[in-house]
Amino acid sequence: MSINRRHFLASAAAATGAIMLPRAVMAADTIKLGSVLDVSGIFDAYGKPMDMAMRLAVSQINAAGGLLGKQVEVVGYDTQSDMALYSQYAQQLVREDKVDVVHGGILSASREAIRQTLHKNKTLYFYNVLYEGGVCDRNIFINGVTPAQQAEALVPYAMGKSGKKVYIVAADYNYGQITARWLQKFVADNGGETVGVDFFPLDVSDFGSTIAKIQTAGADLVIAPLVGGAHLSFFRQWAAAGMKDRIALASTTMGVGNEHKVLTAEEGNGIMVAYNYSQELDTPENAAFKEAWVAAGGDAGGMHELAVSNYHGVLTWAEGVRIAGTLERDAVVEALETGVSITGPGGKVTVDPKTHHAVLDVHLMEVENQGMRVVETLPQRQPIDTQAVCDLGANPDDNTQYEIQI
Amino acid sequence: MASFWAKEVPATIIVAALLIWIMPMMIGTYTLTVLLIYGMLGFSLGLIWGFGGILCFGQAAFFGLGAYTYAIAAINIGDSTIPMLLAVLVPAAFAALLGAMMFYGRLTDVYLGVITLVVTLILFKFISSTAGPEYVIGKARLGGFNGIPGFQTLNVPGRPNDYIYGDPYFYFCAVLLLIVYLLVSWLLKSSFGRVAVGIRENEVRVALMGYDVSARKTVLFAIGAAIAGLAGGLFANWGEIVTPNLFSLGQSAEIIIWCIVGGLGTRIGPIVGAAGLAYLKFLLGQQSMIDNTLLTGIILVLFVLFLPKGLVPAIASLWRISFGQRRQLPRHGARRIRSGGARHG
Amino acid sequence: MDLVFVIIVEMLYAVASLVLISAGLAIVFGMMKIINLAHGEFMMMGGYVTITAVTLGANVFVAMLIIAPVVVGLIGLVVERLVIRHLYGRLVDTMLATWGLSLFFIGLATMIFGNTTTGISTPISGFTVGNYQVNGYNFFIILIAIVLLGLMYAVLKGTRLGLIARGAMQLPDMAAALGYSPERIYMATFFCGSALSGLAGAILAPLVGLVPTSGGAYIAKAFITVIAGGPSLITGLMASSGLFGFISQIFTFAVSPVMGEVALLVAAVVLLRLLPQGVTGKFFRGRL
Repeated sequence: MSINRRHFLASAAAATGAIMLPRAVMAADTIKLGSVLDVSGIFDAYGKPMDMAMRLAVSQINAAGGLLGKQVEVVGYDTQSDMALYSQYAQQLVREDKVDVVHGGILSASREAIRQTLHKNKTLYFYNVLYEGGVCDRNIFINGVTPAQQAEALVPYAMGKSGKKVYIVAADYNYGQITARWLQKFVADNGGETVGVDFFPLDVSDFGSTIAKIQTAGADLVIAPLVGGAHLSFFRQWAAAGMKDRIALASTTMGVGNEHKVLTAEEGNGIMVAYNYSQELDTPENAAFKEAWVAAGGDAGGMHELAVSNYHGVLTWAEGVRIAGTLERDAVVEALETGVSITGPGGKVTVDPKTHHAVLDVHLMEVENQGMRVVETLPQRQPIDTQAVCDLGANPDDNTQYEIQI
Repeated sequence: MASFWAKEVPATIIVAALLIWIMPMMIGTYTLTVLLIYGMLGFSLGLIWGFGGILCFGQAAFFGLGAYTYAIAAINIGDSTIPMLLAVLVPAAFAALLGAMMFYGRLTDVYLGVITLVVTLILFKFISSTAGPEYVIGKARLGGFNGIPGFQTLNVPGRPNDYIYGDPYFYFCAVLLLIVYLLVSWLLKSSFGRVAVGIRENEVRVALMGYDVSARKTVLFAIGAAIAGLAGGLFANWGEIVTPNLFSLGQSAEIIIWCIVGGLGTRIGPIVGAAGLAYLKFLLGQQSMIDNTLLTGIILVLFVLFLPKGLVPAIASLWRISFGQRRQLPRHGARRIRSGGARHG
Repeated sequence: MDLVFVIIVEMLYAVASLVLISAGLAIVFGMMKIINLAHGEFMMMGGYVTITAVTLGANVFVAMLIIAPVVVGLIGLVVERLVIRHLYGRLVDTMLATWGLSLFFIGLATMIFGNTTTGISTPISGFTVGNYQVNGYNFFIILIAIVLLGLMYAVLKGTRLGLIARGAMQLPDMAAALGYSPERIYMATFFCGSALSGLAGAILAPLVGLVPTSGGAYIAKAFITVIAGGPSLITGLMASSGLFGFISQIFTFAVSPVMGEVALLVAAVVLLRLLPQGVTGKFFRGRL
């Protein structure tokens, strides 16, 4: 980082100008919240409601008087489902827009594309999506569920309802690869056997041969961490082949983008999932959230797991800023590390100081008539997978994503 | 040749210097840098297609290969100098092999298109499916769909901690593009370049004159790939991430569109087309009224139908008609445009 | 034994779907020497037409077999009149123009339908073979492919229309001198080709999640199949579909679906290097 002369002159000129301006028009009088999400392209089913939820949270914060007496301004970029654009817009956010915090990233690939840029530039980053776990970096806060919170509960439940032989079909990128390894571990822990693992690039939409292979392997249960629009075909072809009544199906991702509302009831019924949020949750917070969502012009059935996580993320950050009393990154991080809690539509969410992950409720659910019926609620689960490898209190300079080894 | 050194080189340098000075006042250097890189990429296809008559549907393959070579080498080596060289050499070597296979097999037009397209697809599919931990080259995970982030970016040779980025990187790319442009100009003026154009016009005739057509096409193809690879390496530095999308058909399509719009058979056309359209896309990307892809499509169709020679030749002939000596009848020019298909050979 | 049967069905299905997705392109290329790179988008539109028709209450088979081909055929007709007819005889320019059209249609579909995946359920239920459950719809696709090939053969070989079409494609000047306008024949051919693309898209729609960019997945495969097939329309189509479907399914079952796709592509490169004029440029010469 060297400051050349032109930069120096420019910033000096800007500073002089700023002093002469009346306070009200100064740009620094708003807090800048950077957002990078796929609002178009093949992942827009995830990104659009996330964007909506983020803006809803910000407008609620502003309506309540803002933060530290300032209004929050959103600087949002549409990454168009292109991983390369994440990197470019992240640089834009830190270099040109100089935002105070960045929320965003959907696929784990997109998170890894921008995490180092934000780390290097000391810009606080919130990743608000369920993911494969293991990220250990003091600059990032994550409030999505990790495999230990989700799959560890889902696997024994699904195996209990079907049998011991499990076949895994996963999306072929870091999320699917690492999650598949976690699933194999949990299957083994519960006395089962993984009879096959297949990975699919995100544009694959023909699963005919895989469905035949699953039958050849004699599986009792299929677990599908599949991601994106093309992979939705798997659930459709699964139902078309008449497999629904023969082999049980569970997923760690189906439904986080409201996929169960795109599938017909016959195609979706009975798929087992486990998430932090469901539209069917009967809590006052959820009712209020749904009402505010519709009032803000959102589609009544449009909110989903990822959108709610993003909403939680913004609220958590705002709470951290309030406690810190400043926007300065290290102070906000320390404030959040006191174990800040918020209660949102998905229940109580608490920051885990050791890992910067979240302690939250997880619900075991089954898809039923395009909704998710809660079977069992597991309150306040800890992210023990990441806690086992990551301790930011002891190693604040850690900057790795730990992967499970088999 | 004498007038080339005496007139064209100084004129090019002066114009380029003026542009490098003026442009940053209008557009941010971060955006300008990528326009230059795309310009270089367009230029690489403009060379082999416009002057060699080789329609390559897979120029993106060399671009992506350059970017990936850089990223992988940079992670393993840690200093950017050798990776940058490799980013030029690896695509060139790959193109030489591929070109030899195609040109000695006497494949032409459509078949050439299919092979280059298929090779691009193979690379795309392969790179996309390397997310697993078993795909490692040295210390670099290929990462599949994730791409490769976090590699060493360009630094002063031998001093890995002195990064070249921001404004200096823009000047670096600009000078590099100028050098490439001058080198290609020199190549086209040489006998190699003249024979290449001869092959484009009438391959059989050049072959009967005793030239080894296949070898010459292969060399030209490899040179084009080297330039595309260089652009890829620069792009990797600019974006600080490489993803399989660099190999995608959409990327290949864009390069072809740049050349068509800018003007084939000219040196400056593809550069102008690439930078212009990429900037247009950047501007359009900031609005959501009308779909970006839709506009790109309309532009391409309209150009093929009404201006198949592209912008630069059209403006040049307009200039000649308006101000130049009337040696050529305008009617003649019009007919050449209408029978545009012939030039692709 | 059951497994062998399942694999054979999957293989036939792979071949049949290659025939389906390539037929429209093959007709247009074989008769008019034009490569329609918007072919994938014609298929995508066939899919959307079907889904729209079904949600509006049409019977799914009517939507797939009649509405989609007609609508997409008409779109093709408009495209031919507005763009393609100005470019006859200019192979590369038509490729570029149709590439532009493909981008245009992707953009248009995105603006109308958005990027969210849509689809309909398959109208035929699965059934059991021994220990296996097979997708019944696969048989429907195989059946359609066979009927399609039969029809194409019958029309080209057996009817006066086919005779005129074949004549016009071999010697357009002579056909014109005999009073058949090549322009109208080309128009009709392009209509048929587009309709077939629409049909293919419609029939595959229940199996895949449809997005505006879905066409891209088909065009490369169709393009490769047609070029590798060579000059003979039906024989070439059958030969290359059979070969590529077989190879890709072997690798899909033995290794992974991705390797299946890669094997198909590698086979295409090798084939074109060895037989630059396609399969029927060397074997089965002079067949239809």
